[in-house]
Order: sequence, then C-alpha cells, then structure tokens
Amino acid sequence: MTALTIPTAAGLAEPALASQRVFRQALEAMARPGTVVGTEIVLAPPAPLSRAAGALILTLADFETLVWFDRAAQSAADYVRFHTGAPLAAQTADAAFAIVADSTNLPPLTAFALGTDEYPDRSTSLIVEVESIAGTGPLMLSGPGILGRRPLGVHGLAPDFWHQWRTNHRAFPRGVDVFLTAGARFVALPRTTTVET
Amino acid sequence: MSDRQTKRAPTALADRQAWLGTLARAPAAALAEAWAGLNPKPGYRCVRGPETGLIMVRGRAGGTGQRFNVGEATVTRCTVALDDGLTGTSYALGRDRERALYAALFDALLQDPARRTVIERDLLDPVRGALVAKESATARKAAATRVDFFTVAREGSE
Repeated sequence: MTALTIPTAAGLAEPALASQRVFRQALEAMARPGTVVGTEIVLAPPAPLSRAAGALILTLADFETLVWFDRAAQSAADYVRFHTGAPLAAQTADAAFAIVADSTNLPPLTAFALGTDEYPDRSTSLIVEVESIAGTGPLMLSGPGILGRRPLGVHGLAPDFWHQWRTNHRAFPRGVDVFLTAGARFVALPRTTTVET
Repeated sequence: MSDRQTKRAPTALADRQAWLGTLARAPAAALAEAWAGLNPKPGYRCVRGPETGLIMVRGRAGGTGQRFNVGEATVTRCTVALDDGLTGTSYALGRDRERALYAALFDALLQDPARRTVIERDLLDPVRGALVAKESATARKAAATRVDFFTVAREGSE
C-alpha cells in the first residue's frame, strides 16, 4: 500500500445522512436507466472528480471495496482513500468500483470484473466522467425499468463505447454497470439496458 | 505538501509521534486555553470530523504473544486543513469533539517550524509536566501497597 497524502478537501458533511440520500438517488437511477438525476449534495471533490462522481464514490466505496482509478483520476485517489478507507485496485479486473476521468481513454469494458454466472454481482461498477448529459438526444434506451423507450444525450464518450456496450449487454447476466457523471448530474446504465445509437 | 510528507526525516516523524501522543492525552481545558491564546488564529477547515466511533484495541499477552482483541474503545478523531495547506490529525479517547478539533489544529500548527517553539513552550511542555506528575503520583500510590513475597525457610531440625 502506498503512503497516503491527507487531502485538504472535505468529504460529505454529515456522512450518514448525505450518503443515504445519494445512495437512494443511485438506486433510483439504476432502477430507471437513462433518468438524469441531479444531486444537491454539497461537496467540493478535487479535480478531476465532478460533484456527482465524488458523491457517488464516497457513498458507495468502503474499506472492503477495491477502487481503480484511471491515470487522469489518480490525483483524486488519496481523497477517496482517505474518506472511504477503500484500498486501491492494482488491476481493472480486481475493482469493485472504477473511476474513469478520461472517458476517451476508457479501458475495454471486458477488462473490468464481469462477475460470474453464479455471482454476477461480483462485477465492477464504473463511474465515468463525461462532458454533459441530457434527457434528450439521439440515444434511445429500452429494457427493464423503462416504459417504452427513453431518450438520452451524452457528450464526451469514446466513439466505440456504444459498440462495447452492446457486447456488455449481451453478456448478461455478466457485465459491468455504469454511472455517467457530469457536474452535479448523473445517469445510470445497468447491464440490462439496450441502447440504440 | 506531498514533499513535506514524503521527505520527512525519521526524527521529524518521531517528533510528530511524540506530540500527537501528548495532544491525545492533553486535557480539554489546556487545549482550549492554548487555542484562545493564539494570536492571530489561523483559518482552517474540517476535512473529516470531528466524529466519534469505536476502535478495536488489540494487545499481545506479555507484549510478545499472539495478538488478541482487548476490547472496543470510544475515540473521537478529527482532520483539519489550515488555509496554508498544512493538515493535522488527531485521535483521542472519549467523545469530546472540541478536544479532538483543537488537537488536530495543534498537530497542523506544530508542523510549521515557525510556530513550533511557541506551542512547545506554552502547551506541550506544561501538559507533559502534568502527565509525568500524574503518572508518578499513581506509581507512588501503587508502590505504597506493594507486597514483597518471600518464603520463610523451615528451621532445620536435627
């Protein structure tokens, strides 16, 4: 374990209440894929973490979950380790959570833990920073939790992401789940969601 | 910041461990008084806490045996960041949040060489003195009730 530099940025104020609120929002987002959720949590995580990404990882990670940071997110690693006690994952495949700050250099989704047919929950949940998210746009989502189809607009993802997403979706019950974050807003893409581009 | 932490010499680490121990044992009143006496007071922000929780205290039988859980202890911890970027951390037994906050603040201030001498003189030295006096008083009381066991040899009979 590498030495930790104590961050100067504060974590969640009133951690119990704030994390319960964020957890509830994360559940809502996962239950209704493609719904853009705005968090009202007051938080100033260090760059490059957005407010939504910071709130999610501080809520979800604890001392038992390995967290992987991409190169661009390394500068926020100590912040997350200090406030959650989470250990660092050496490899993407070990991670329970992954923070991807540079979404154009996202590792292949299959490089992360996909779980097994017996334990599909032993997979990585990704938190991917993007430029913007909107409840309207060219993407059409369908699947469990969506009545009919739901539109979504995302800017700042690698062009082949949606191709990879199709593969990820087909691997069900294995696969990764993704939170896309931008500023104070986030949207969830569970592995069950079909995305038409 | 990171340079200051990674390049700290071993003696500096030992120094910090020593003052952290003193701050953890210092009475709340002494810390509050020392903080009140600071002029000017630095700006600061709480990075974590002060928050109260439980820690598992572990020990080794005779100091060398297998590790075992002694029991849980209530501790309050706090981490602060001063406006100049120094961070300070404290852990103290009990639930006194204010005391943990002051201890963390003084930990941060003591890392600033320009302030250390004054704090050593006004806060740490008196507290250390009081702690030593208290310990020796306890030791004296304990010593007064000490029983020396010896065996009376049976007188030889012919």
